[in-house]
Amino acid sequence: MTNPNGRFGVHGGQYIPETLMNAVIELEEAYLHYKDDPDFRRELSGLFNEYANRPSRLYYAKKMTEDLGGAKIYLKREDLNHTGSHKINNVLGQALLAKKMGKTRLIAETGAGQHGVATATAAALMDMECVVFMGEEDTVRQALNVYRMRLLGAKVVPVKTGTGTLKDAVSEAMREWTSRIGDTHYCLGSVMGPHPFPTIVRDFQAVISREIKEQLFAKEGKLPDAVLACVGGGSNAMGSFYHFIEDPSVRLIGCEAAGRGVDTFETAATIATGRPGIFHGMKSYFCQDEYGQIAPVYSISAGLDYPGIGPEHAYLHDTGRATYVPVTDEEAVRAFEYMAKTEGIICAIESAHAVAHAQKLAPTMGKEQILVITISGRGDKDCAAIARYRGEDIHE
Amino acid sequence: MSNITKAFANGKAFIAFITCGDPDLETTAAAVRAAASNGADLIELGIPFSDPTAEGPVIQGANLRALQGGVTTDKIFSFVEDLRRDVQIPLVFMTYANVVFSYGAERFIAACQRIGIDGLILPDLPFEEKEEFLPLCHAYGVDLISLVAPTSQNRIARIAREAEGFLYIVSSLGVTGTRSEIKTDLSSIVEVVRQNTDIPCAIGFGISTPAQAQKMAALSDGAIVGSAIIKLLAKYGKEAPSYIGDYVRMMKDAL
Repeated sequence: MTNPNGRFGVHGGQYIPETLMNAVIELEEAYLHYKDDPDFRRELSGLFNEYANRPSRLYYAKKMTEDLGGAKIYLKREDLNHTGSHKINNVLGQALLAKKMGKTRLIAETGAGQHGVATATAAALMDMECVVFMGEEDTVRQALNVYRMRLLGAKVVPVKTGTGTLKDAVSEAMREWTSRIGDTHYCLGSVMGPHPFPTIVRDFQAVISREIKEQLFAKEGKLPDAVLACVGGGSNAMGSFYHFIEDPSVRLIGCEAAGRGVDTFETAATIATGRPGIFHGMKSYFCQDEYGQIAPVYSISAGLDYPGIGPEHAYLHDTGRATYVPVTDEEAVRAFEYMAKTEGIICAIESAHAVAHAQKLAPTMGKEQILVITISGRGDKDCAAIARYRGEDIHE
Repeated sequence: MSNITKAFANGKAFIAFITCGDPDLETTAAAVRAAASNGADLIELGIPFSDPTAEGPVIQGANLRALQGGVTTDKIFSFVEDLRRDVQIPLVFMTYANVVFSYGAERFIAACQRIGIDGLILPDLPFEEKEEFLPLCHAYGVDLISLVAPTSQNRIARIAREAEGFLYIVSSLGVTGTRSEIKTDLSSIVEVVRQNTDIPCAIGFGISTPAQAQKMAALSDGAIVGSAIIKLLAKYGKEAPSYIGDYVRMMKDAL
């Protein structure tokens, strides 16, 4: 899918300061060297299986299926991974790669804190130093994850610039990387940023769709009819879609955070409200004003609160291979509650965006059809914020 | 011949960076005139961007103040048009790729030619991506300025060979901002540059004192100063232009 310059159609590329160019070239060379290296593969699958608890379950959601009365619903349980989300898949791959490259220090950005926690975990496991950049507002929304990162030995730097959210954390991590390249690997958490990150992160997350395909063949003997995942930068969605891209019968649907609605300014739905731009190292779609100033975006979900989307998603949108739908805060919160009461699963508010769309879509599908929802993470981190959204006076 | 060459005709060049609209365009105009009349050989006019990833806290602050003050690309174009009635020294825009791309690259670059902008510095447009804007820059006679960094190593020769206007040598790792010491082995970078191009080169990032500027200009063809000037704007606001004039005079004299 990727051409040599890291383009997905017109999207992607390497729009970064010259200071970083040799670092991304070195990373690409190392990745191309190790990605098919049998020892690297063996070591990584060892970590996936023994440490991260892979393969994750593909669970038949019987009650939800019966309640919605349409397609048969399966949940891909990335929430059951070690550290509680899909983020660990990419992080273990990148940390192992960084270690092979002789790097001793990992830096990362984080929104909800899931990627930060995963990076801090891998750093602890592999004896590496770790610094995580997190928007100041997010450190408040996700205080528990800040503590988890510190407990794991990482330093958490609250980012006060801009809107104090995920995009500012990415900017600050990029700035930090330009000042310290020799011993430091920037462990980017999504399928975004300059080439080769969108490809590397996709490849490490592609384990999700590879497993879905195998597990569903074992259970049902066929392909799913639709795969749904939430999209911020888009790593769990890209991982969920990847091995189905060449199967045109499988509908691929990314669920974006619409915040208070796509007709308001308080939204983070990039495909619905953005237009082409160049930011954070890539050409893709971005929420921006008429002069290209990046818009301050909003979502109840700190993990989807990003003004852009990975370049491969932008390409899948352009070609029509995948569709992207907006889901509001209110719909996501209802889905969060629905999943808890119906299946006994407290999913991440990010994942609840995909659940919300599944609630609309499943009843329109036939009973013989199969819909897979990737539950990208668990929702313990969100309980206090959702309780407050519902007017309860709960603080962590 | 590029108009930018003129900037290097009066001995070592002093290049000043000023963010447009910080705190307002009247102050920027006065600051540019003060710098030009006190010896600045070229001025980089910053078009503010919401998320300037190559900038340290000082220039980030200027971007924020300018945007909060309501400046836009269109307002900056009319401002430059007005400035060009009496300011003769070469002027270049320094901004981020999205500001150009989002405006419509051709519309933006054609406007540069119309209003008298001689070059374009885009810190997030490396050698590999310059085709994004280069054909348009050539079509409208605007130099696309290349940068080399302390990490460029094997890339320096290739970048220098295709450089136009002047070559911007980034003095240190990291983002813009004043530094007490610049440790990079710049003379070996300049040596590779000289072997591969005849266009002038100037060093920027981290320079604030006359001694630093003198040292950097001695190694190359000029010194670029941004954050130290922005600090004056942050401190004195509308009163800053006279301080900027004095500062530029002191720096140019030190070269």
